[in-house]
Amino acid sequence: MASVPDTEVRKTPLYDLHTSLGARMVPFAGYAMPVQYPAGIIAEHNATRGAAGLFDVSHMGQAILRGEDPAASFERLVPGDISGLTTGRMRYTLLLNDAGGIRDDLMVTRIEENGVPALFLVVNAACKDADFAHISAQLASDVELQILGDSALLALQGPKAEAALGELAPECRELVFMQGAEMTVNGAPAYVTRSGYTGEDGFEISLPNDAVAGLAQRLLDHPDVMPVGLGARDSLRLEAGLCLYGHDIDETTSPIEAGLAWAVGKRRRETADFPGAETILRHLNEGPDRKRVGIRPDGRAPVREGAEIRDGGGGQVGVITSGGFGPTIGGPVAMGYVDSAAAVAGTTLNIELRGRTVAAKVADLPFVPANYKRAS
Amino acid sequence: MADRKYSEDHEWVEVEGETGMIGISDYAQEQLGDVVFVELPDVGKMLDRGDEAAVVESVKAAAEVYAPVGGEVIEVNDALNGDPSLVNTDAFGDGWFAKLRLTDPAELDELMDEAAYKTFCEGLD
Repeated sequence: MASVPDTEVRKTPLYDLHTSLGARMVPFAGYAMPVQYPAGIIAEHNATRGAAGLFDVSHMGQAILRGEDPAASFERLVPGDISGLTTGRMRYTLLLNDAGGIRDDLMVTRIEENGVPALFLVVNAACKDADFAHISAQLASDVELQILGDSALLALQGPKAEAALGELAPECRELVFMQGAEMTVNGAPAYVTRSGYTGEDGFEISLPNDAVAGLAQRLLDHPDVMPVGLGARDSLRLEAGLCLYGHDIDETTSPIEAGLAWAVGKRRRETADFPGAETILRHLNEGPDRKRVGIRPDGRAPVREGAEIRDGGGGQVGVITSGGFGPTIGGPVAMGYVDSAAAVAGTTLNIELRGRTVAAKVADLPFVPANYKRAS
Repeated sequence: MADRKYSEDHEWVEVEGETGMIGISDYAQEQLGDVVFVELPDVGKMLDRGDEAAVVESVKAAAEVYAPVGGEVIEVNDALNGDPSLVNTDAFGDGWFAKLRLTDPAELDELMDEAAYKTFCEGLD
């Protein structure tokens, strides 16, 4: 790993905590981020599946949309039913280009400030500058985007997350999956959502930069909480079948090809007033030519992004977009795009791996069932 | 270990007679993180010094392992197929990769001894 001068890499407010914990720091999306701590990626992955993992995701972009009907204004950019969100509800949605490709994926939560509706956005770190410029340029003149430069973001994920965070903020127990609320956490004003990127129950906590180190330390003092880096974040989300922007989805993939038809709201399908609607609705109605699928390679060797996927006759039918070792599965797992004819669970395919051919099967996603706390 | 030599790519070779046992260093396994698969060379394969001898897959990435010296592969460590994490737990022992019948023992002179390798690694941190 080439070393990068400090001046070129930004630090989150938890940089000193990461280094004091012995993290291996790597440049990621312009930030120095922990890829793993001394316990290692497999231990961190297993801790998140079995107890609770704490992730610094302060590099991600946070912003608030305010003004006259921000949901209606934001719907010009995304296919989700944003106007249909009630206060405290959140949705996964997509910034689209005019061809129906995905500029970024993001979480949007309807919040209320002094009784006035607003939207809280969380976007990918690598895309945030472009996203915010794009959103600002496209908004109605009476809607304003405020980038939250002074807010950090923690994710606490795993079956013990509720018990650990509940000791500091009992109200978090009331939330169900994809719901958020303001609450005081460890003495600081925070916005907490029950969401995450691991397939596990858990929370994301947005709070002021100057309060995040104190909260992180309190959570890490809990015997069930382990710090987790980007390495395990990737293996967890891969097992959960969740897309990584820039890999599994990008400007060339439509939501339907990506298996994200559920992010295209029912009402929006009828109004057809989002970017690329013609292409996306055609994919929805006629079926796309290719689809994102799960892939289970035979044997133990992981297959990685970029590997060609071939059919029995040797013709290329697709490409791997994410691949690695799934610690919970105990073997290699991958995702990729294949021709729709091959996108049926159980289909046998071949993956090119260092000049050899590895047999693989198309598999249902997720590889590991989600463990979200749904409304009963 | 007096007869263990190291390459700048963090491979080691331990020589006994005409046979060199090869593996990767503790520094290398530490950098790679959790090893989940090792692709070993076929027995009988002729390797020139610097040829790809194995591929180590960690959770995150694949890394090539180059032959620190040339030779014919006469044995591989099958135990790694069952438990690749031996590379992490015992890089200089049970985590060995292959044994080579050396082509040219003089190639060993190009490698670092323990002290030189230690200094080399310190310069990398």
